Amino acid sequence: MAVCLHCGQETPAEKMIGDGFCCSGCEAAYALIKGLGLGRYYERRSIDPDAAPLKPEEDAAVIDYSAHVHSTKGGQAALYLMVEGIHCAACVWLIETVLGRSPGVTKARVNMTTRRLTLEWEPSQAEANDLAASVAQLGYRLVPYDPALLGEETQKEEKELLRAMAVAGFAAGNVMLLSVSVWAGHSQGMLSVTRDLMHWLSALIVLPAVAYAGVPFFRSALGALKNGRVNMDVPISLAVILASAMSLFETINSGQHAYFDSAITLLFFLLIGRYLDRRARGRARSAAEHMLALNAGSATVIDEKGEKHLVPPSQVAVGATVFVAAGERITVDGKVIEGLSDADTSLISGETLPQQIKPGSPVFAGTVNLTAPLKLKVTASDEGTLLAEIVRMMEAAEQGRAKYVALADRVARYYAPVVHGLALITFIGWLLLSDIAWQTALLNAIAVLIITCPCALALAVPVVQVIASGRLMRQGILLKTGTALERLAEGNVVVFDKTGTLTEGRPELINAADYSEQDLKDAGALAAASKHPLAKALLRAIPQATPGQGVREYPGQGMSLEGPQGEMRLGSREWCKIDNQADASGPEIWLARPNREPIRFVFEDRLRSDAGKVVATLKDKGYDRILLSGDREAVVRQVAEELGIKDWQAHCTPADKRQRLDALSAKGRKVVMVGDGLNDAPALAAAHASLSPSTAVDVSQTAADVVFQGRKLSPVLEAFAVARRADRLVKQNFALAFLYNSITIPLAVAGLITPLAAAIAMSSSSLVVIGNSLRLARRR
Amino acid sequence: MDTLIYLIAAALFLGLLGLIAFLWALRSGQFEDLDGAASRILFDDDDMTDSDDKKKNP
Repeated sequence: MAVCLHCGQETPAEKMIGDGFCCSGCEAAYALIKGLGLGRYYERRSIDPDAAPLKPEEDAAVIDYSAHVHSTKGGQAALYLMVEGIHCAACVWLIETVLGRSPGVTKARVNMTTRRLTLEWEPSQAEANDLAASVAQLGYRLVPYDPALLGEETQKEEKELLRAMAVAGFAAGNVMLLSVSVWAGHSQGMLSVTRDLMHWLSALIVLPAVAYAGVPFFRSALGALKNGRVNMDVPISLAVILASAMSLFETINSGQHAYFDSAITLLFFLLIGRYLDRRARGRARSAAEHMLALNAGSATVIDEKGEKHLVPPSQVAVGATVFVAAGERITVDGKVIEGLSDADTSLISGETLPQQIKPGSPVFAGTVNLTAPLKLKVTASDEGTLLAEIVRMMEAAEQGRAKYVALADRVARYYAPVVHGLALITFIGWLLLSDIAWQTALLNAIAVLIITCPCALALAVPVVQVIASGRLMRQGILLKTGTALERLAEGNVVVFDKTGTLTEGRPELINAADYSEQDLKDAGALAAASKHPLAKALLRAIPQATPGQGVREYPGQGMSLEGPQGEMRLGSREWCKIDNQADASGPEIWLARPNREPIRFVFEDRLRSDAGKVVATLKDKGYDRILLSGDREAVVRQVAEELGIKDWQAHCTPADKRQRLDALSAKGRKVVMVGDGLNDAPALAAAHASLSPSTAVDVSQTAADVVFQGRKLSPVLEAFAVARRADRLVKQNFALAFLYNSITIPLAVAGLITPLAAAIAMSSSSLVVIGNSLRLARRR
Repeated sequence: MDTLIYLIAAALFLGLLGLIAFLWALRSGQFEDLDGAASRILFDDDDMTDSDDKKKNP
């Protein structure tokens, strides 16, 4: 094995071309970078095995970037792009430098966290498509996005939390300075005047800080109360507000019990937890959005005058004529009126083989037009498409899941009434059973609220979440919802889809070594001219192929080439005029040459390399395994037998899959669905928890709780393992928090808590919980 | 006692200065790409071409 100089992928040495490249695209990109004098890029970069390889794709979908150009206030053109294939900082440098050197470019900035590129230029000096092409040639994939739609909300929320955190941190630090003096003063005979001064100063800092930094909690608590629910933020808000109010009261009456430091430190700790939680989730979501941008499609409508317009798919009228270029994703439902081609319907039906389409055939949004341009008459668009119907089915299924209550909120539901009841009992008890003033009784009751203040409880879940999602993210597994881990940990049945989930979703030539060199050379010369997936699969097996001169492609049938001895043909059985009807299973291509026996190339959609291991491990761990596929029975049976899955079903429609899942959950099983196709989307939404590979269609990725990258299936195992460990840690954390409360609550009820004791108890319990959660970051 | 007043005022002032600096940094977008910022410091300036310098110091 050798490593390609440009993309860094391992390639068999005999397949290398030029000075050491895996393909001509890489060779050209290398020459381009060297030519610009940026060869140092190769010295500095480090390849991230999880990121998309830096391989320029010749057959990538056509995107017209000029339709996505915005104009800035300064009269410049701006383009917002998501970049796929950023491995490390050197890639950022390379992209920025290449663009920076293009004439007219005034700003080229890559955000490495969100993998987004902001590009601004003088519209008179450069073209959007040229600029994008200069980056795409290097092997990066660019997809336009609308900055107004993506991530704005999360960004705002994150910033608000960060600001609140800064204010709380500032206040906590300074108040602690004053509080420590007061505590020290206790033993050294500080005058009450000095103490009151310290308290007043604390009040001056804390009250505005609480009013500002507590807003995120107050808002969420109010929202919950309005809906008649109780969440963790209700006891938090109550404790903070009461502690501040009581401390102010004490300060006015020159008393000793001021809890300003506890109130603000509590807020500070909780804000840290909440900010980290939001950030981890925001990152996962932006990464998921990033992959979703594949969808940034538009339809090319041809009007009566024959002019082409780019129109968002939702605005295409029924009956309009739409042009679809080869390699483009179809965005409307329609009937073919002109053109012969093949359509890849795998994402809709799970069918691996491309379907031949000709005038009159129906096509559906979500399929990819493979070999030749088509003209369609639109029969349905936007809400009327098959795609939209599946989305509706999915949304209906999702409603059930929305009812799931996070563990922390379930705990809060019992916790809040107990704590508030305890405080009330303390107040009434002290009033009735002793002869102290009602103010002191109230002080004791509030001390109960402060000491039970759910600092450790409120941190128990988010800290584990942050660490778990960080650990998963490093392995290319993105958690999209907050409760995904909890639901995943409860799962006990795993349902798999076949195409694209258990298999890689693309055909590969079987035993390439069996064919003679001349056969491969001839086949390669013809196949190089086509975009058909089988021709491309053949080419992947014959990297040394050189395209033949004068190859003609007949879409939906095959290719032909006039040679010195006669016509060579590569394509379907009929195209090559094969009479032999035997052995017709599986995807195949035939090669027919004058005066020679025709040759058959057979392909299969290979299983992911570790699919067998993953399924076996799931079996060992006691999960039930089920395979539901939309593909043909023979193929599904073969896969099921190979993986040892006894429960399987072929020819499943989206509704069949959903029904099967509903039947399972009616029996009380917690189903985890793993799937990628459009036909899986309703099932993904209906399942208790769901995972989807990043190659899945956008709808499925939206429906899934977890999206995983890479060509392996083992992320599924990792997600299960982390979910189970996280679940254990969260429960331990709750146990620790309750243990701490069971010691401190009696003290508080007895009126023995001082501000110093409260501060120590609170910080130490939080630290214990955080320390326990950190164990998740350690690798086993 | 007098010194205490000055010291507390000075401590608070310095703390406030830090807070303002942080909020300014947040507002000017310095917390938007923490991963990138960590790596950018490693780019040597002499690698950068003229157009990059313009971009860095507009």
